[in-house]
Amino acid sequence: MSSSTELAPPTAAAAELPRLLAGALADRPLSLEEHFDRYGADRQTAGRSRSGELIELVAAAGLTGRGGAGFATARKLRAVADAHARPVVVGNGVEGEPVSDKDKALLRHTPHLVLDGVALAAGAVGARTAIVAFAAGATHEIAVMRAALAERERHDIDRIQIRVARVPDGFVAGEETAIIHSLNGGPATPTLTPPRPFERGVGGAPTLVQNVETLAHLALISRFGPRWFRSIGTAAEPGSALVTVGGAVARPGVYEVPLGLPVADLLAWAVGPPESLTALLVGGYFGTWVAAEQALRLRLIDADLASAGASLGARAIFALPRSACGLVESAHVIRYLADESAGQCGPCVHGLDAIAGAFERLARGGRDAAGAPAQLKRWLGQVKGRGACRHPDGAARLVESALRVFGAEVELHARGRCQGTRRAPLPLGRAR
Amino acid sequence: MNETVRVNPIACDAHGLCAELFPEWISLDDWGYPIVRPGPVPRELKEHARRAVDACPVLALRLVQAAKQSRARVSE
Repeated sequence: MSSSTELAPPTAAAAELPRLLAGALADRPLSLEEHFDRYGADRQTAGRSRSGELIELVAAAGLTGRGGAGFATARKLRAVADAHARPVVVGNGVEGEPVSDKDKALLRHTPHLVLDGVALAAGAVGARTAIVAFAAGATHEIAVMRAALAERERHDIDRIQIRVARVPDGFVAGEETAIIHSLNGGPATPTLTPPRPFERGVGGAPTLVQNVETLAHLALISRFGPRWFRSIGTAAEPGSALVTVGGAVARPGVYEVPLGLPVADLLAWAVGPPESLTALLVGGYFGTWVAAEQALRLRLIDADLASAGASLGARAIFALPRSACGLVESAHVIRYLADESAGQCGPCVHGLDAIAGAFERLARGGRDAAGAPAQLKRWLGQVKGRGACRHPDGAARLVESALRVFGAEVELHARGRCQGTRRAPLPLGRAR
Repeated sequence: MNETVRVNPIACDAHGLCAELFPEWISLDDWGYPIVRPGPVPRELKEHARRAVDACPVLALRLVQAAKQSRARVSE
């Protein structure tokens, strides 16, 4: 089948969106044949040697990790390719962030694009085995991926072994050292670094951990090249990205956007905020509250978001309606993050619990609330940078932004009042 | 040789001996866990640092070469 598929890029769609979700069907994933019809069979998919050619293309495209940290993909590829032992590739589809659905959406709609990326990355770094990791609760996505792998096996597509692995559910389970820990038979908790996975990962081998969306972009760059990739986005932050939009919008869901898209356009795309908004939570639960009027003047690139103390992070955006109290909603999220601590590091275990407690007093309002800001300030300073992973730092960022953006509400609460009239609950994931 | 004090926060059980033995460099947070000053330990304090490292009952404290930590940056 693949030999009869044209290799030319779909030129009509070359500069347009969607890219990753092109041809996505509402009710089922693209089959292998539909996938090759849509994107063309990349004959190099399984065959690229470790010549470094693909790594050069990825470097020229300026692809960065779509999982949260935004690290340059080519540098990570090189670090693993240069290792002295045979490496392993891990596609990270764990997505423990409750407000994010973009990785699961990608895996549901176009598993073969992700698998092309897995195979290409493996070829580029010289790996013979690859693992696509999921949260155990993502049963539908796991079934889709298993079926896609069986399809590829029947058509003898890949020259490497790709298998599916399940990681226990949980917010920190998607952190790259936590995945490795779990794949190596331990609990899905972060481990002390160094060593980083690229030094010592699965079974002790140098391991490339890449978010599944990053791998899908890599598969497109391999086919259509860096210039095509850069035809949307900004020079510093090129390409498209998947973003999960939720909260007070009429059509919540996953959108593929050009990087640099105005936030206002994204919300219009999600069919306009049905009521006026107080703030947006940008970047998921490790993200930052940004006042709505400020957010609507920004574009979706880290360069813009940095001016509001924010970043794209987990690429999830939650819109808070004016009827809800930002402190009350934040208190639930902060308690969730405290509960989701892996329970390993003292400052995270005790510090986040104390911070969540103080924030709950603040949210309840009244006499207890008055002392809470000073306590929070003290404890935030004591948790940042003090875990084995960045969990305390992410939670601290959220708390600091809540205090900043909902400052007027903080003063109201201290006087026993609250402007919120309705709850606008943020999703808090499944119980472990 | 530039050396920094590094805590393994997973291993640390808040025994607090390090802060007693090396107060110039280590204080305790509100829950009894060590807060360590960043940067290289000055030569005249190395002996105190070593004593703190040796006293930790769970071996959570180490003196590491400053350059070694920067290797972690490649995949963050």
